[in-house]
Amino acid sequence: MAVAASTSTPQRVIVPKAKWRPLENERNLAWLLLLPTMVLLGLFIAYPFMRGLLLSVTDTRVGVPGEFVGLDNFRRLASDPIFHAVVWNTCWYTFVTTIFKLGLGLWLALLLNRSFRFKAFTRAFILLPFIIPTVLSTFAWKWMFDPTFSVLNWMLYQTGLIRGAINWLGDGDLAMLSIIIVNIWRGVPFFAISLLAGLQTISPDLNEAAAIDGARPWQRFWYITWPLLLPVTMVVMLFSVIQTFADFQIVYVMTGGGPANATHLFATYAYQLGVGTGLLSQGAAVSLAMFPILLLIVIIQLLYIRRVEVR
Amino acid sequence: MIEGAIWRRWVFFYIPLALFLIFLLFPFYWMLITTFRPDGELYRPWRAANYTPFWTWNPTLDHIKYLFRETMFATWLWNTMFIATASTIISLICGVLAGYALARLNFPFAGSLGTGIFITYLVPQTLLFIPLSEIIRNYKLGDTPWSLILTYPTFLIPFCTWLMMGYFKAVPKELEECARIDGASRWQAMLYIIIPVAIPGILSAGIFAFTLSWNEFIYALVFLSSPEQKTVPVGVVSELIRGDVFFWGPLMAGALLGSIPVAIAYSFFVEHYVSGLTGSVKG
Repeated sequence: MAVAASTSTPQRVIVPKAKWRPLENERNLAWLLLLPTMVLLGLFIAYPFMRGLLLSVTDTRVGVPGEFVGLDNFRRLASDPIFHAVVWNTCWYTFVTTIFKLGLGLWLALLLNRSFRFKAFTRAFILLPFIIPTVLSTFAWKWMFDPTFSVLNWMLYQTGLIRGAINWLGDGDLAMLSIIIVNIWRGVPFFAISLLAGLQTISPDLNEAAAIDGARPWQRFWYITWPLLLPVTMVVMLFSVIQTFADFQIVYVMTGGGPANATHLFATYAYQLGVGTGLLSQGAAVSLAMFPILLLIVIIQLLYIRRVEVR
Repeated sequence: MIEGAIWRRWVFFYIPLALFLIFLLFPFYWMLITTFRPDGELYRPWRAANYTPFWTWNPTLDHIKYLFRETMFATWLWNTMFIATASTIISLICGVLAGYALARLNFPFAGSLGTGIFITYLVPQTLLFIPLSEIIRNYKLGDTPWSLILTYPTFLIPFCTWLMMGYFKAVPKELEECARIDGASRWQAMLYIIIPVAIPGILSAGIFAFTLSWNEFIYALVFLSSPEQKTVPVGVVSELIRGDVFFWGPLMAGALLGSIPVAIAYSFFVEHYVSGLTGSVKG
């Protein structure tokens, strides 16, 4: 710079030499800025995905390099009763929790959309189940569901709802109910806060105009709020369905897939096969089996979102 | 906003809201009370006459002491903090740069790259953990914090990029053009003009990424094996349960203390967190 300044006139120094030419080209700059992201995502998402596909067509186990076996792993899954249960469990778990999270989350969002004292405070506290590490909070639930020391049993007994002990995690259906409750508990804040943000973008004028025209609160909700909220609702559902479908932490802590595989999901079964028993290729096949279903969900929801947004 | 008689206000507003709050916050209260409850009271069956669930008259610090003396809880806290901070910083740098490129620069394939990043946003960690564990082993990263610091950005970067794109798109083009007319290079305009304007977005992305990495479990569970390398969630799971025996006091103490750092970080940036959460959804 010093040399350049001494050999040329000041006006000519500033403009061309202060810039490093190649980065003035938008295309070069863009690729440079995207480089770190592409490298990390390529190394740790695209490459493992390929490796997973390759792994799932071999019979690799821990410490034993496998040989190509074609689609044997997937054929085995097709006739594996545990895998059938896994598919059913995962779909049921996703379906039920999503319905309840949407219903309760919307209700909570509508409550929070009013003005009252301590509103900001309440909103901050309500998000806690979503912030606190899931594994840690799920342990609190497991402790609450403990057959001998359950505070829930105590509460239900004291209020006269039950007469004997409920063994929450010992029975297949009750264990499923338990993990569904925990998932709803964790997911409601996310729905509520996201939907609340959506509600706040709806102009109150619309509701007031409808009220003046004589619309009942229920009609105002159904004909004004709900349609305007639909795009946000769909996106929130998209995220929630994917996270729930691929859930691992809650089941791992609460039941570990038991009793008698009654609560196994894709992720926990893949973990049990791949890490627990060391059948890497079978585990990879189970978790990859999620992919087509997830892809289908994403495509359907994205198409629907587009349709809603166009309308 | 709330119309009608007082009883309607209670039935349709206060009571439902209170029930929601109890449902959402009770597990945390239960964590807290268990942490300070002596073992003698803790293991008292719920049918016992002297079962007093909601309070204890003999609070004790034994469980917390056990946690710090008999386990490596302090190390786990430090590990989690280090991993979460490092992966958040990496993700923020990548996300800000990529978000800027995708939102404000014209180049071929910009649209399809944006879609590609959005799709990786939707890939759950449970889909890839088995092949990824092999790769981590091959790179000799297994059982080191780097196995997580390098893999956490895979689910943080897409989210950060997506959020930052939204913020960058909102900055008027003229701001950058003014700087360029004054002689700034593209790089300088980005660094000194556009990024400072987007600081709220960076904070949102940062606090969100931090809580997500503090929460992550399956990668940490699979990639780490020795007790001194573990993060809080994995350490609590693997060291405070022996076979079928659950050490409930220390477990709840660990859950409580392991939640506090992330709760504190959250409490400082609630507004940023909420805007990150909703921004990530709306895109």
